[in-house]
Amino acid sequence: MTAIIHPDAGADRIGAQARQAATRRVHGLSDRSIAWLFVAPTIALLLAINIFPLIWMIRLSFTSLNLSMSYLPLRFVGLENYSDILTDDDVWIRLQTTARFVICSVALQVVIGFGLALLINRQFRTHSFWTTIILLPMMLSPAVVGNFWTLLFQPQIGPFNYVIGLFTGIPPSSFSMTGEVALAPWTIVLVDSWMWAPYVMLICLAGLRSIPDYIYEAAEVDRASAWRQFWSITLPMVMPFLMLAVLFRAIENFKMFDMVNLLTSGGPGSTTELVSITLKRAAFEKWRTGYSSALAIILFVTVFGAANIYVKALNRVKQR
Amino acid sequence: MTTVAKSTAHSVVEATPRGKAVAGAIVILYAVIAILPLLWIAATAFKSQSDAIAYPPKVIFQPTLEGYVNLFTVRTRQTREFIANLPPATTWYDKLVRNHDMVIAGPSKVVPRFINSLVIGFGSTFLAVLLGTLAAYAFSRFRIPLADDLLFFILSTRMMPPVAVAIPIYLMYRQLNLTDTKIGMILLYTAVNVSLAVWLLKGFIDEIPREYEEAALVDGYTRLQALRKVVLPQAVTGIAATAIFCLIFSWNEYAFAVLLTSGDAQTMPPFIPFIIGEGGQDWPAVAAATTLFVIPIVLFTILLRRHLLRGITFGAVRK
Repeated sequence: MTAIIHPDAGADRIGAQARQAATRRVHGLSDRSIAWLFVAPTIALLLAINIFPLIWMIRLSFTSLNLSMSYLPLRFVGLENYSDILTDDDVWIRLQTTARFVICSVALQVVIGFGLALLINRQFRTHSFWTTIILLPMMLSPAVVGNFWTLLFQPQIGPFNYVIGLFTGIPPSSFSMTGEVALAPWTIVLVDSWMWAPYVMLICLAGLRSIPDYIYEAAEVDRASAWRQFWSITLPMVMPFLMLAVLFRAIENFKMFDMVNLLTSGGPGSTTELVSITLKRAAFEKWRTGYSSALAIILFVTVFGAANIYVKALNRVKQR
Repeated sequence: MTTVAKSTAHSVVEATPRGKAVAGAIVILYAVIAILPLLWIAATAFKSQSDAIAYPPKVIFQPTLEGYVNLFTVRTRQTREFIANLPPATTWYDKLVRNHDMVIAGPSKVVPRFINSLVIGFGSTFLAVLLGTLAAYAFSRFRIPLADDLLFFILSTRMMPPVAVAIPIYLMYRQLNLTDTKIGMILLYTAVNVSLAVWLLKGFIDEIPREYEEAALVDGYTRLQALRKVVLPQAVTGIAATAIFCLIFSWNEYAFAVLLTSGDAQTMPPFIPFIIGEGGQDWPAVAAATTLFVIPIVLFTILLRRHLLRGITFGAVRK
């Protein structure tokens, strides 16, 4: 392999390039056919696994299909499923539960994540080691996390309640983090933040490191206070990164299923029943395929709206 | 909270020694608290059944391998007389089980589930990285009409809630006899991973100077030769990092696995919560399974440390 071109070989190179252009088609495929050949398998796979099923689901959303009664003839019901969903108070309550979960957990993750990033950015000794430790929870399987936190939250035997009892004097067996209507919504926020605050931290850290030193030096010359420097330099410069993290987390939490399904399975009652859990119950327990297809389409549209905003934000960060 | 400690004596950007010490103390405190749940699980794996459910929770206990033995075996309860009449136990795990008036009846399902996780994980990772590398190279080097729209389309498939995607996949796989098969899960995970692979690898390949290939083309290489002998060796770190991200996704995935598999193709995440003993979850065994399941992830996280940021943002933030 000769990747190095000698400066005095310029003339040779032009000649070679001309020959190359003429012969490329002879001993190899043209660039254009290679491009299509390379992209086609990916597109084909996505069409088969994502788009074809999506179109099928759109069709099903106009039917009354119920898999537990699949002997019934397939009946087209028009927009009935959609109107059922949008006028169903229960669905709206689930959407509110989901929205509260998304807002609270993302807010908590931003506070913890940004705070940690500011501290780590002071570059104390061993900060690199501790950063890696802090990052571990977000790499784990959300389902496995949800499962083992149920042990930690056991009222009698769980260490979480015991430690809370130790600090507050409340008897450890007098409350259940996953079993009480007042606590369960906060429990899923807590565990989600334990997992994902490091995510916000890592992105904020990249934002902080992208700020050139000379801006702070200039601010110091102008005798700007530390407080002032934070509000007029640090925060605006980190903002695009923070926005990216927030949008990413918001989309992911809107889709949340695995961790909450194992931690509380939507309970007690339906206090932590996020919309994905409702969808799973309609589709895979009640087998109301037509109805759940319509609900899935509604969720698609919502996420797609968010995805558009996300990509715009993504491009803004990229342009920096 | 002040971000830049006030000082006039030394660099304004560097924090003061006191500022650093305070920051370090808070961060280390957070890290220790955050890692405690994982350490607790790792410790629970070495507890006996009664120590695991003791009140108050036991920090100091007599370690035992019961949890691991229970994870890998199926046991039946027998009378003392029955056990006394058996030939003497030959292995340490037989003895451990007989102390509890039980006899090992056979291996549990954990090994097949672990193998499923490995087969499906590596299978889908290989396919996603292969397809992703080709597509990323094309997007990086050639003018493809509507490239931005195609890239957005590829990314957008990742935005769908998994439960919603599972509904039509379930119906489709039922028709194609792919329900609860490894090949079905490999295809599905490949489709999910390929979007990440294309975006990440496009970023990595964009960073390799075009001049290298052009020089190779001038030397008479074909495009494919240039790709194989010039670009791929340069992109090998990026490809490895991408592969690890894909592997972690498949390894950790739960929603598709629980909705589309029940036995033959079941992976670890839907299996672990259902490791039960006599009367409820067998916590030491669950903790043992969790520990074994999490160790590779911890190693991968350390390996990936430099590329983590890129991976979790689809290549949007690169440091």
